[in-house]
Order: sequence, then C-alpha cells, then structure tokens
Amino acid sequence: MQNLRNDREQEWRIALRGKMKNKERTEISRVRMPEMDPQVRILYQDREVNSGLDLESARREASRCMDCVNPTCIGGCPVSIDIPRFIKHIENGEILEAAKTLKETSALPAVCGRVCPQEKQCEASCFYPVKLKKDAVAIGYLERFAADYERESGHISVPQVAPRNGLKVAAIGSGPASLSFAGDMIKLGYEVTIFEALHEIGGVLKYGIPEFRLPNRIVNVELEALQQMGVRFEKNFIVGKTAAFADLKAEGYCAFFVASGAGLPRFMSIPGENYNGILSSNEYLTRVNLMNAANSSFDTPVLKGKNVAVIGGGNTAMDSVRTAKRLGAERAMIVYRRSREEMPARVEEVHHAEEEGIEFLNLTNPVAYFADEKGRVSSMRVQRMELGEPDASGRRRPVVVEGSEYDIAVDVVVVAVGVSPNPLIPSALPALKVSRWGTIEVNEETMQSSVPELFAGGDIVRGGATVILAMGDGRRAAAGMHRYLAEQSAMLKS
Amino acid sequence: MNEIIHTEQFSENVFKLVVHAPRIANSRKAGHFIILRIDEKGERIPLTIADADKKAGTITLVVQKAGVTSARLCRMNPGDRILDLVGPLGKATEIHQVGTVLACGGGVGIAPLLPIVEGFKKAGNRVVSVLAARNKDLIILEDEIRKWSDEVIILTDDGSYGSRGLVTTGAEQVILQETVHECVAIGPAVMMKFTALLTKKYNIPTQASLNAVMVDGTGMCGACRVNVGGHTRFTCIDGPEFDAHQIDFDELILRLGGYKNEEKEAFERYSQEQNSQACKI
Repeated sequence: MQNLRNDREQEWRIALRGKMKNKERTEISRVRMPEMDPQVRILYQDREVNSGLDLESARREASRCMDCVNPTCIGGCPVSIDIPRFIKHIENGEILEAAKTLKETSALPAVCGRVCPQEKQCEASCFYPVKLKKDAVAIGYLERFAADYERESGHISVPQVAPRNGLKVAAIGSGPASLSFAGDMIKLGYEVTIFEALHEIGGVLKYGIPEFRLPNRIVNVELEALQQMGVRFEKNFIVGKTAAFADLKAEGYCAFFVASGAGLPRFMSIPGENYNGILSSNEYLTRVNLMNAANSSFDTPVLKGKNVAVIGGGNTAMDSVRTAKRLGAERAMIVYRRSREEMPARVEEVHHAEEEGIEFLNLTNPVAYFADEKGRVSSMRVQRMELGEPDASGRRRPVVVEGSEYDIAVDVVVVAVGVSPNPLIPSALPALKVSRWGTIEVNEETMQSSVPELFAGGDIVRGGATVILAMGDGRRAAAGMHRYLAEQSAMLKS
Repeated sequence: MNEIIHTEQFSENVFKLVVHAPRIANSRKAGHFIILRIDEKGERIPLTIADADKKAGTITLVVQKAGVTSARLCRMNPGDRILDLVGPLGKATEIHQVGTVLACGGGVGIAPLLPIVEGFKKAGNRVVSVLAARNKDLIILEDEIRKWSDEVIILTDDGSYGSRGLVTTGAEQVILQETVHECVAIGPAVMMKFTALLTKKYNIPTQASLNAVMVDGTGMCGACRVNVGGHTRFTCIDGPEFDAHQIDFDELILRLGGYKNEEKEAFERYSQEQNSQACKI
C-alpha cells in the first residue's frame, strides 16, 4: 500500500494529473472496442473478434483514469496489478513501461486483457461506476493494448530473476494457475519445471478457449517469456503415472504445485445421452482448438452439424456454440435452463454470440435424446422452465413447466454444463485430503494441502472458475511455498 | 525418446513396434495403455502396451491397420520417432491368485492380453488361454502366450489353424472340462460381448478391456464413455477394464462407429495421397 502511495507521488504522476482537470477526464466517454464484422468473422474459425485499440484511442481512454488516491480497482484484481501506474504510463505514451508494470504481477497480460471478466472485477470496483454511475475505465482493453504493443514492438521485456537458489520445484498442469506460479517462483530463484499431460503447454488457454477469442500465438509469446526466464516445460508427462511423486522427489523436487484443472466433463444422465453426436464441450473444443480438426489437413475429425444445440449458459457454452456456427451450422442454439440474466457467461460473449446469429433457447432444458438407426442423435426433447424462488447460488431456481415438452431436430449436441475435478492426482496420493466433490482441500492463504510439500490451486481446488482466479491462486501458492521452503531449510540448518 | 527400435510384421495388417520410452517402460503395469500422436498433424490414438523391457527402456505396441493413424504407424521404420507418447494410462489389471483363469483373446486383442496372462501366471494361477482370429495369419504372439499359459487352445474362423470356430467355442470347452474362477476377454467388441454372455451363463466373473474412441486419455474429453451397470463410466480413467457382465456392449458397438464417416473420408484422402505421384511440396 505504501509503495502504491510512493509511486503515486512520483513527479511524472503528479505532473500528469495536473495536465487535465478531473472534470475534463470524466467527460470523455468510454472507448469502444473495434470488432470484426459478424457476417465475416463467422466464416473463419481463427480470426479474432476484437481487434484491439490504437495508440491514440488507448491514450485517450487512459486519460479517463483519475489516478485515485485510493485505487479501489486494484482490490478487484485477483493478481493485484498496479492498475493506475500501468494506465498512467499509457497516458504518458510510455507503453513499454506499462507492459513492464503489468508483468511485475501477471505472467499473462495479453491473455488476461482478452479473457478476464473485468466487468466483474477491476472495472466493477473502478471509481467511475462506483461513484459517478458512469462506464468504468476500460482497464481490460488497456491491459491488452499494452501487452500487444510490447509484443509487436519486438522489445519484449523479460522480468528480472533472482540468482538460482538450487531448489527444484514442480508445477503439475500447464494452465494459467501453473504459469502464474512458475513466473513468481522463477523470479524468486527456484528451478521450476512444469509437467503437462498433453502435447501442448497452456492447458485451457490452448485446448479450451477458441482462436477467435484468444489466438494461440498470443499464448505462445507469453510462454516464451517464461521459458526465457528459465522455466522448463515437460510435455506428455503425467505426474503420478509416468513417474510417481516419490520418483520426482528422488530426482530432487522439493515441493509440488498441483493445478491439474477441472478436467472431467459433467453430463446430465438423461436418456439417450450416450448416442453418437452428443459430446462434451471439452471434447468438441479440444478437437477444434488443440487438434485443429476444422482444418482438413489435420487427421483429427470433428462432427459438423446442421442443427447444433449447446447445453449450458457459461463461457464454455458460448465458445462451443460460436465454434459450431463457424464450422457451418445452419442453426446453432444455446439451450439454457435459466433466463438470460442468470447466464454465467460474460456479457461481451453473449453479445458477440447474438451478433453472430446464435439462437437462445432460454428457460429450456433437455430431458431426452432420440437417435436414428445408426445411433446418431436426431432430436432432443426439451421442457420449458420458469423461475421460482432464489436458490443457494442466489439465482432464481428454474422450475419445470408441466406439459411443456416439445422436440427439436439436432444432429450435434454439445454438453457444457460444467466440469468436475480431475481425479488423476488425488488417486495417486491417498494421503491427500479432498472434499466430497473431489477438489483438493487447501489453506486458503497459503494454498498448502494436507500433504505439506504439496500446494494446489486453480480448478482442482475451486471446481471450475476463471483464468484470473487460477492465476491468483498460483501467486498465493508461490508465496506460500516460498515461505514453507524457507522454514524447512532454516530448520535443517539449525 | 519415442524412437522406434524395432518393427515386425505379424500379418498383412498387423505390426509390432518396439519403442524407446524408458519412463513408461519403468512404470507400466498389465492393463495400461498409452496415447500417441505421430506428428504435428496427427491425431491422438490409444494403444494398449503389450510388453515392456525396463532394462532396455522400451515398450511394445501391436497395431492393426484400421485408419489413417494406424496405417501410418505400420509404415514406420526403426530410427523413426513418434512425436508424442504419453502414459501409462488407465487402471492396471487387478491380478490376484484366484485359481484357474480363462484368458480369451481375439485377433489383435491378443497383444494386450499377453501382460495379463503373464501377470496371472506369475501370481500363481493356472492359466488357460483361448486365442481366436479369422485365419492363421491373425493369430499373433502365440509363443509368448504359451510361455505363460498352462494350456493354449487356438481357433480360426476358417479352420486354417487350430480348430474351426469362434472364441466362445473354445472357452465353453474349457469351462466344461474344469472349474474356471475368473475370465479375461480382450478383442473386438462383438467377441467380448459373446464371451461375456457365455461366462454369465456359468457365473464366472469376467473382465473385458475396452478400446474406445479417445482424445486426451486423462478424463478430460469424455469421448470414451461407456455404460457399465446403468452408469456412464470413462474408459480412460475408470477402465479400460470393466466387469464384462455389466457392460452395455450394444451401445459400445454403436459408439465405436461414432466417427465412421469422418474416418472413412480421411482414409480415402490418405490412400489417394499415398498413391499419388504428384510433387508433394
């Protein structure tokens, strides 16, 4: 906090604040993100929808930020980015400095600038909406701008790392939690290896989030930065199977951070759900994003449907239905049992989906599937729902409207109703305490599990959350593990 | 890593590959499988580990040409590398001393049966193996199976080797001649279905090892789901072996054909490429 205050009192910040009156700042309206035309973008699986701000509009947007004495936005950020400082660097035209500021606390700024739900986090706690009832400063767009500018400039800064301390630690899984953990641990001087089961590094950033929302080349640049800092990646390696924890300890690993994700897709257990053509969003998105199935020069196939129904209302459901549209579906539908207001997907994603001609069948729930003689799904029976009293999640509970069933013709159904924790790690470590949902139990501050040298974070702890919350866990686990290892070595010395 | 050390052609369409994979060779157990991807454009396919040599750091895979990837694998030579190889995956076979074990292998399913036969024999059981295939050429690994079996019965559809008949003919013969305590069946889904029906009649606990469609092999995609006793299970993490009397084989057979059209198209493209004389740049 004191650091923040000192930074704010630096001459350039004071001078910048003096350049424009607050009233002038608040009169500027929030910048709009330029987007690719919906009719054009649905023809391509790999064209990014948002095209990013230009320098002029970014600096103008940055000048809206009032550089508050008490920057509440930072409290809304799970990795505590010094938001006013990076934004003021943009206003000052020092974009590379802005990028450096982001990298101090975030291993993946170009990713977060694209996929974070800023409207629920930093931007929700911005002075503008809180006090002025005005649109928040576009912190997310600016974050993306600074990261993209740095990448395209060719002057990519690599954060400073402490001298090696000779201690080896491992991260299991290579998604956002692990990448964030690795970034912090390598800065502290540890030797860090990330073990990944798949053949690509990046976890959900690669297999899950589509190219049109987060291009793989953007992720790769952030991975290269970690590699340059010294992080090692070991692909095609399942800790607990390819080698046991005991084997890795014998190879010198002192502690482990488990971030193996919520990799187990849930299904609804309704009649006919195992017919061909009905698949999880994980399978659908993995085929397209990780295996390049939409490109016929790759060997992996994907089912292309005329009438595709996606069950669910989260970001994964939006990613799936928009992928289906891009693969040529005539009818691409969201089937969701609650109303539009309760959808967990980001507003921006729902808006983009609508622009692209996605149909929304809200307050509708599938109850059974029917198939042709070859076992391929041909129709689904749905029932209408209405909203009753609020449930445990605070959202109004959907209640069945009796006698409202009807059938919809479908040839592909993607089930995106959530995921469960992947059981591979817990099953390899019987001493590890897990909840009855299969998530690993940890101390919320240190992320330490019931096995002292094992820390955990991300979806394997949360059961299904966001990229940025996983990254926050990675940072906390790094701090927790650092403290733990320091205590252990102090004990050894004494 | 992942270098092919040795290849052997068992029959027109069945090949053996010995691959350098020391970590997997060291940690694999009977029943485990691997997932591989040949090159950047390849798909991920599961293959059961037929054997391993810890000292040499190698695992043995047996592949039958069925689609693009298996056809490509069968054309690989010693010195070639498989880009990605991950494992061991799945649950290992539960091997105990039970008495007499009937091991039924159909065609290329004899390969994954081998380590299980070895395991049961080493655990002190009497092992009777029944190997069946369409013809003599498709009976593979006979000597290796004989090494770990007390008795081996061979059947072929066309009578070109052993007796004429199906695996169930041989299995029933064994069941009628002695008390069988447990049965393991690995082979085409139809073969496992009828073996399961037979052993159910005689109340013999039976395990079947399934080869489902998979992408990641770690529980993530759910492509390999199978109905066991009315519950959906994932072959990759809950299996690949299940109580054969509980498996819905009819659903499994339908699901195995889930990408048939896409696979056929891909294979046609692949065959055209292979036969084409045009410049490949």
